[in-house]
Amino acid sequence: MAEIRVENLRKQFGDFTAVEDSSFTVHDGEFLALLGPSGCGKTTTLRMIAGLELPTSGKILLDDEDVTFNRASARDIAFVFQLFALYPHMNVRKNIGFPLLSQGVAKAEIRKRVEETARLLQIGHILDRSVSGLAGGDRQRVALGRAIVRRPKCFLMDEPLGTLDAEFREVMVHELRELHNRIHATTVYVTHDQHEAMAMADKIAVMNHGIIEQYGTPQEVYNRPASMYVADFIGSPPMNFLKFQSGLESGATTIRLGDVPISVPEVHAVREPGELALGVRPEHVRFSDTAPLRGAVYGSEYLGTNQIVSVETAQGMVKARVPADLNFTIGETVGLDLNSDKLSLFDCASGKAVPSSLYAEARHG
Amino acid sequence: MSNATSAHSVVEPSTTTKRIAGIIVVLYAIITMVPLAWIFMTSFKSPPDSISYPPKLVFTPTLEGYCNLFTTRTRQTPEYIQSLGPPQSTCDEITRSRNMVIAGPSNYWPRFTNSMVIAFGSTFLAVFLGTLAAYGFSRFRVPLADDLLFFILSTRMMPPIAVAIPIYLMYRELGLSDTALGMILLYTAVNVSLAVWLLKGFMDEIPREYEEAAMIDGYTRLQAFRKVVLPQATTGIAATAIFCLIFAWNEYAFAVLLTSGTAQTAPPFIPTIIGEGGMDWPAVAAGTTIFLVPILVFTILLRKQLLRGITFGAVRK
Repeated sequence: MAEIRVENLRKQFGDFTAVEDSSFTVHDGEFLALLGPSGCGKTTTLRMIAGLELPTSGKILLDDEDVTFNRASARDIAFVFQLFALYPHMNVRKNIGFPLLSQGVAKAEIRKRVEETARLLQIGHILDRSVSGLAGGDRQRVALGRAIVRRPKCFLMDEPLGTLDAEFREVMVHELRELHNRIHATTVYVTHDQHEAMAMADKIAVMNHGIIEQYGTPQEVYNRPASMYVADFIGSPPMNFLKFQSGLESGATTIRLGDVPISVPEVHAVREPGELALGVRPEHVRFSDTAPLRGAVYGSEYLGTNQIVSVETAQGMVKARVPADLNFTIGETVGLDLNSDKLSLFDCASGKAVPSSLYAEARHG
Repeated sequence: MSNATSAHSVVEPSTTTKRIAGIIVVLYAIITMVPLAWIFMTSFKSPPDSISYPPKLVFTPTLEGYCNLFTTRTRQTPEYIQSLGPPQSTCDEITRSRNMVIAGPSNYWPRFTNSMVIAFGSTFLAVFLGTLAAYGFSRFRVPLADDLLFFILSTRMMPPIAVAIPIYLMYRELGLSDTALGMILLYTAVNVSLAVWLLKGFMDEIPREYEEAAMIDGYTRLQAFRKVVLPQATTGIAATAIFCLIFAWNEYAFAVLLTSGTAQTAPPFIPTIIGEGGMDWPAVAAGTTIFLVPILVFTILLRKQLLRGITFGAVRK
């Protein structure tokens, strides 16, 4: 297994910049999810690591060896495609053994290793079937088998669960994570689904327009989003933004939303007066009759374990995750209590988070 | 009031529609099959039967047509024929009954062989070149790809006869006229455009992921092409080969202009079969019947490839 280092990677297709100046390191045995909407450059980044695209500039190092311009076949990596790309003219056994065949492994050895892999993935019973008749999940497992049979330096996966139905996807998320725990393969996993990324990854890189907006653990990305984009992309429903005009001084612990004072984590930066946004996750909003921030209930989505209530305030719509048994009527005025420790501040002009004690925790621990 | 038998399906044609469609198909089949059947029947008729009016549907079959096709004959006096020993073969007997003796083999078999060599040779070359070119056009960013493809197609826009004279002059200078090599090259040039266009469509249908997967699995592009792309393109290649073969096999205009002796193919030869006092229709029909066999066999052999789906559904779309 190996460490993948990407340095200032950049890819241009004509005038279009698909990936801009990306740098990150995937440590040995780590599971990194590249998360972002379609067209954000995550697949291009992955294909460059694989050697299926050549970067315009920048470097890719596998275990400190510069492989930037090596051929895909010379990199010793495995790739799981979104559509699996199982060779339709071969049966399952031949599909899984195909990478070994290119290395000149002896027939008996191929047989042994294919069977070992099949046992690991619990697909021993379908080894002699044709791939065309397989169900989605089995195809997925065969594709994984073809990837791991060779014990490559790392795995690259391009939305491998994208075509599975929702129910089965959850099973596979679980299986993939378990497989990763067992074989500790360095993995880069591309997805647009935040739940997959959160559930499986050790690290998440959130991408947008070819730029990595934030790189960190799922907890960091969720609790301390580096930008409004990340805060909005991660979480369902996403983070609420309450816009207000103000400047900020270093050491400040309260802000004013209109006339309402709100205490926030200690600000560690200075901002000239301008448009700012207070970011709050729906689960950090509580209904409280005494709270000074007030709004009118607009509607609710009942989710069983809890409900998402939309409340219209002077600063905009706020979604709150509240207990399912809480009763209220549409149009009723309610007070909103925000969990002060968990609030983020954003500079609307740049979209970046304003440094605060909440964010400082991340750096030190 | 309404007839409550069954609901009308939007997708499934009604029984009446199916019956009408069936009748149309059968009629069309009959219309296309009648000339072929007529040729086949004529090949077993005697020369007088073949030109009798009204045409004879019932006749005594004879192998005379086939005998005449494969032999040349000379007329002899009955006395001379009497003096010969017993007939060597059925053909010998038939020929003698018409007061003739077999003088030697005809040119039909060499012409047929020429047709085989030229048609299969040019088909192989056209499909081989076409497959590689189509793969290139389909997968790589070829400069001016659209213009090149149009140029390739434009070679088919003229009637062959328009270029026949320049080609004739060129071939005479190059020493290619009336040679099998010349004809193979010519038919390849004509067919390669068809092959490139047909195969490009098939190649485009094969997802790139297969080759990418193979290249990541440690194969070079050429190996990936051979082991992963080609097996999936077999359907397209088979279909293209049949079209190329049919063209090369049936081609008449170039053959009649550019070949006369050694490299002459069967199509210009068959109409020149002349018997006593005009066309020897049974022999012509026999030549045509035999001429149809290879293409029929080839098509039947490749039928399975043609019918099989393009991909077998391992990549979900």
